[in-house]
Amino acid sequence: MNDPAMKSLLESRLIGRSQIEDIVIVPLFAVFAALVLGAFVMLATNVSLPTIGLSFLALLKGSVGSLNALSETLTAAAPLILAGLGLALGFRAGLFNIGAEGQVLMGGIAAVVVGFSFANFPAVILLPLSLFAGALVGALYASIAGWLRAATGAHEVISTIMLNLISYRLLDYLLGLPFIQKEGRADPISKSVPEAAELPRLLAFIDPNLRVHAGIFLVLAAVAIVYWILFRSKLGFEFRASGENPEAARFAGIHSGVIIVAAMATAGALAGLAGANQVLGVLGRATPGFSAGIGFDAIAVALLGRSHPVGVLFAGLLFGALEAGGRQMQVDAGVSIDLIGIIQALIIVFIAAPLLVRTLFPWGFRKPANPKGRTP
Amino acid sequence: MTVIDTAPEPALQTAKERQARIVGGILVALAVAVAVFLGADAAGDATFRLSRPTDRFVLANLVLPASPFIYAASGVMAFLGVRQFLRGGVRWTSVSLGVGLTIAVLAFLVWATAGKAFSLTGMLQATMVRAVPIALGGLAGVLSERVAVVNIAIEGMLLAGAFAGALVGSLLGGVFGLLAAVLVGGLFGFILAALVVTYRMDQIIAGVVINLFVLGLTSYVSSQVFQEYRHLNNAPVFRSAKIPFLGDIPVIGPMVFDQNIFVYGALILVVLSTYYLFYTRLGLRARAVGEHPRAADTLGINVYRTRYINVTLAGMVAGFGGAWFTLGAVGRFDEGMTGGRGYIGLAAMIFGRWHPVGALAAALVFGFADSLQQKLALLQTPIPSEFLAMAPYVATIIVVAGLVGRAKAPAADGKPYVKE
Repeated sequence: MNDPAMKSLLESRLIGRSQIEDIVIVPLFAVFAALVLGAFVMLATNVSLPTIGLSFLALLKGSVGSLNALSETLTAAAPLILAGLGLALGFRAGLFNIGAEGQVLMGGIAAVVVGFSFANFPAVILLPLSLFAGALVGALYASIAGWLRAATGAHEVISTIMLNLISYRLLDYLLGLPFIQKEGRADPISKSVPEAAELPRLLAFIDPNLRVHAGIFLVLAAVAIVYWILFRSKLGFEFRASGENPEAARFAGIHSGVIIVAAMATAGALAGLAGANQVLGVLGRATPGFSAGIGFDAIAVALLGRSHPVGVLFAGLLFGALEAGGRQMQVDAGVSIDLIGIIQALIIVFIAAPLLVRTLFPWGFRKPANPKGRTP
Repeated sequence: MTVIDTAPEPALQTAKERQARIVGGILVALAVAVAVFLGADAAGDATFRLSRPTDRFVLANLVLPASPFIYAASGVMAFLGVRQFLRGGVRWTSVSLGVGLTIAVLAFLVWATAGKAFSLTGMLQATMVRAVPIALGGLAGVLSERVAVVNIAIEGMLLAGAFAGALVGSLLGGVFGLLAAVLVGGLFGFILAALVVTYRMDQIIAGVVINLFVLGLTSYVSSQVFQEYRHLNNAPVFRSAKIPFLGDIPVIGPMVFDQNIFVYGALILVVLSTYYLFYTRLGLRARAVGEHPRAADTLGINVYRTRYINVTLAGMVAGFGGAWFTLGAVGRFDEGMTGGRGYIGLAAMIFGRWHPVGALAAALVFGFADSLQQKLALLQTPIPSEFLAMAPYVATIIVVAGLVGRAKAPAADGKPYVKE
């Protein structure tokens, strides 16, 4: 749980002491309170106290307790961070993109199709090509919502949700097409990705079952690139300006329409990359709903990371740990992994409503924070 | 939704004109598509059955020659589209779009039915049933957005209502299940109000979080508890009750007066909330809070309390709508069974211009698309079923893109209010 602390260290030269409360104490309390409430949910559904203890132990063991657990955490975190970076970038530009799920699916299927279509290419060409296909298709799919927003004013929340729902059906349809469907199968499942297109496993020399793959380098690169785009490039400045004050940005000569489409496309490219990362690094093929909610969890990751690339990195690691630990919890304690969903939602509530945390844990904060925060 | 309409007047005008042109282009493209893909392909007559042989009054079948009808429809759409493109009438945009899409759907229906027979009344009845959760979701949206609280959480409230209805309905019977659904929906409305009014959380984030939380909680309980104790997830279903005499009117009777409690409830709630919002003092106050909270506050209206009450009411309406999924349909709760209906309800609210009756009308359109997709599967069209299933979602996008420019949200929509 020292992620927020490390984050604050990284940013300490930028922020004053009072903000440490926001960046360290609020997330810490949020995680703690969410876990406690999770325990109450378990109690309410007739899970005995020892089992609750066991499940929290399993949560810890499954996330950081062994080399395999760490590998699982990183594997689960990678797509969350990639998609979360895209969403964070959208938030900075004032766009609430709920469509990462659909972009993950479309990017993933594109990567698979390119992967098996050019199976005789060498890995140095095929792997980047597949990844690029995923990013490109994700970007195009997201641009639809961006274009609709820019051209007609259709709110991106609704259009991206609809595009999500459309993407599920589209994926089902694509998986039934003869040139995508696996030979000799009646159920919707794609052909497998050839080895040349797979993201290589990094620790296979220790144990072939360790799933952590080269996608984590992709993640680190993406964090650096998004940081550069947001805080060092002209485009990023325009993103942030449009997000903070659309009016002022427009009067400063920033073309809001172009910015909206560009921000959505960048976000979509990252989500598509997350999808490609899943199919090329973990799954090896596409099946209906292979995204498994990555796009929605990524919203939480972006919010938890305060839409900052480094924050998203740590938030993604936390959520990856919860994911990996949750699976262990299901095995060891027989508690359904859906509990993790509840805990994640609660974490966001507390993060997004710092006033709520201040009310619940008044002793964690210095007194002067009150006058501007509280209602009179 | 929040529509930021603060651009200076000339820019606004060009945006609207461009939108009108986009709509015109869409209509012309549709007309061409209808003529080329459907008109050339249709042969024979399309027969629509208007009543069942057992009905008290039996109407003759409606027989339309398929090919001429489709070409005529294409002609009308092309006219509307070209007119829209050239004149760019701002006021006409939504009417043209609505009429054009309706005609396109009719042409499609005739094409699919060509050479076969098809029960129109049965489909209209199904339309009404499928419109219920969307209409109630839209109504929940109207109630909360009229006090300027954006309600993305409708989906979660529907899901919570469905869950509570199934659980309590299995234990204590349908009526208590319904009551529990309403109460649980209201509870989440209250939570949303608390998060956005008292704790000033971003309204969209609060809504998304409630959706995630409800999805997590219901999925958790359903896999943790319902798997083991199946009797907890086996609720009675409200059967349809025919209203004597009115239910015998051809076409309209089966559609409106031979339904279950949810259809009647939705219709009554639409009437009630229209009356409440536009003809009572409380409703006027609620709308004042949505348009100009500062002014309302100055006049002594308690902005916070008004928002709490209306958002809680919205939650109760959505909870009632959620019970439709379990107590009105299958009697069993499944994970994520609302399938995005809450979001479609939100689109229905925008389509219906933040008015209860408008939301109901829009919901009927979506219900029609939904039931059309079901029935078309029976007619065995060459279109893949996945594309038919997409139809309501595509329609939502078109509607939101085509209409949002002119539909006016409450002025303070989405903005938190801090009392001085």
